[in-house]
Amino acid sequence: MSIRERLSGNEASAIAMKQINPDVVAAFPITPSTEIPQYFSTFVSNGQVDTEFIAVESEHSAMSSCIGAEAAGARAMTATSSNGLSYMWEMLYIASGSRLPIVLSLVNRAVSGPLNIHNDHSDAMGVRDAGWIMLFSENNQEAYDNLIMAHQIAENSNVMLPLMVCQDGFITSHSIENIELIEDDKVKEFVGTYKPEHYLLNPNEQIAVGPMDLQAYLFEHKYQQAEAMRNAKKVILDVADKFEKMTGRKYGFFEEYKLDDAEIAIVCMNSTAGTTKAVVDDLRAKGIKAGLLKLRVYRPFPVEEISKALSHLKAVAILDKTDSVNAAGGPLFEDVTSALYTQNVHIPAVNYVYGIGGRDTTTKDISKVFEDLQAIVADNSKIDNPYRYLGVRI
Amino acid sequence: MAYNLKEVVAKKPSRFTSGHRMCAGCGAPPVARMILRALHDGDKAVVANSTGCMEVSTCIYPYSAWTDSYIHTAFECAGATCSGVEAAYKSLKRQGKLVENDGSQTKFISFGGDGGTYDIGLQSLSGAMERGHDMTYVCYDNGAYMNTGIQRSSATPKFADTTTSPAGTVIPGKMQSRKDLTLIMCSHHLPYVAQTLAMGNFKDLYEKAEKAIYTEGPTFLNVLAPCPRGWGYNTEDLMLINKLAADTCYWPIYEFENGKYHVSYKPAKKLPIEEFLRPQKRFKHMFKPGNEWMIKAFQDEVDKRWQELLNLEEITNR
Repeated sequence: MSIRERLSGNEASAIAMKQINPDVVAAFPITPSTEIPQYFSTFVSNGQVDTEFIAVESEHSAMSSCIGAEAAGARAMTATSSNGLSYMWEMLYIASGSRLPIVLSLVNRAVSGPLNIHNDHSDAMGVRDAGWIMLFSENNQEAYDNLIMAHQIAENSNVMLPLMVCQDGFITSHSIENIELIEDDKVKEFVGTYKPEHYLLNPNEQIAVGPMDLQAYLFEHKYQQAEAMRNAKKVILDVADKFEKMTGRKYGFFEEYKLDDAEIAIVCMNSTAGTTKAVVDDLRAKGIKAGLLKLRVYRPFPVEEISKALSHLKAVAILDKTDSVNAAGGPLFEDVTSALYTQNVHIPAVNYVYGIGGRDTTTKDISKVFEDLQAIVADNSKIDNPYRYLGVRI
Repeated sequence: MAYNLKEVVAKKPSRFTSGHRMCAGCGAPPVARMILRALHDGDKAVVANSTGCMEVSTCIYPYSAWTDSYIHTAFECAGATCSGVEAAYKSLKRQGKLVENDGSQTKFISFGGDGGTYDIGLQSLSGAMERGHDMTYVCYDNGAYMNTGIQRSSATPKFADTTTSPAGTVIPGKMQSRKDLTLIMCSHHLPYVAQTLAMGNFKDLYEKAEKAIYTEGPTFLNVLAPCPRGWGYNTEDLMLINKLAADTCYWPIYEFENGKYHVSYKPAKKLPIEEFLRPQKRFKHMFKPGNEWMIKAFQDEVDKRWQELLNLEEITNR
């Protein structure tokens, strides 16, 4: 029987890590993810895990240590937020380029400056091309479930890429909600043991990791890495199937909420999906065909699937909890519209930058987006400015 | 057993092989080779290397000059990378997931230049040492960022001409004194810290390396590694330059063990610093008429630091 609990997103993530029981965890505190290494340290101190915990002196060293540990043949994990992830940036590329399936729990927070400790997605979006698989989580249950699935995806021999599980800082990391935990033994069996093909500590083989890789080979290695990201799509779905058999909880690249017969819809990630669902329900009660596409798998980006899922809409709004500051549009908007274009799906699409620095996004804000979409449909799909802001004082 | 160079070389095949692409007359390869020779037969090692001359010229895909397992990640984090490998070892051993061959153990050795150690990697090094990982960090100090083309580092001696501290008509080279990293590492209260170089029959380097590698806990070696391109000496003069660094007391050879300093080499006749400076083009401007003050200032700094070290030895052995 699964275990019913009430936990915050950080507690749920720490418990997932306890059940995964990684060989090495290296982490440095940063709000709002600090609690994850804190809780985990308690598990270490009380002998509840076999993990060697490295209390590093920085996030750069956290990722460097994880790389060393994973290359050595261990399963390594870490957690961070915001500037912590920015400080790891260099090493994130080295982790993925070295094909090390490290798992990171990212509690999303605005990147400085100016300094702000609250939630937006500027940290995750700043590393979207770093070669990491990126899963987003609406609530504590999804943050937990995504972590439990993480190693089976990342360590698959056709993938061998690092993976980060994102959740919204404070909004879900510090909110206590009901959650269904999986029994320890079931998690242990599901996650399995890490058996790398090559590793530094192999007593019967010497290897070199991280060579100088020049014109003659780097391109091929980068192609292989990109191919691994393409391969990850199938593996993510396979692991989700296996997970559903164990828990009954279904996961895909995204969740379609009242989308199949919708005329207007929102695309967003993480906790805002919950707010959007409430608005969709209200609008449906009024006879308005509103829907939601909540993206779970941001990297690899499900181009064909997302385009197909949105193709019947009369208008779509893509919500970015970060601004690319590029005079063009947010990253999720660019990814979605690029997908639609290449898949020959031509529907009116608008972008809303919202929730920056933890600005509250309420059902009223989301309702406004749907009203705008209705206006676009009523006005023969006319869009004056697709790059919009929600909830900012101008 | 008394140290015998011929026996060490004959009986211990080099774990750092020939065919690497480091410059002729470079001080780093003999250091790496000798330090790895200090590993006991049958023991394994994982080498972590920071970005730098040594890394870019010894492990160019698909080749490697390292016969032990080797990892390079970035410039500033050999300390943290090595600590991750060491933590993995501890964890896997404890859980019974790693079974080593009979009688064998695995040692962890990091190599970084002065750029990757004194400067950009100081935090990572300090963190790794403070956390007590069972590893040896070796800094091969060539006194500038040689890999990128001889830019000054905090290890560059005062007045040296580098590409970012050029000896110009107004500013005569680097105007700041050299950071004393070895003392900084002593201040971490590590079980073993030593400063040495490749001199004579390599006895001192070999013995200090063996001690560092086989002392439990974090240990640090600072090894002078002259650079013919950056220092401007003839490639065949490498060993001479090393000897002069020791005999002028520019590079004191000493160790720090259990809180006590021990100066391993006190030259019978301490040579004037000109002897060390003259064969190197980076100090050429110091010998121009009117620049005698620079040589005097350099000598004063060497004397002061040498005396400080002797004082430390005296105080800690009372």
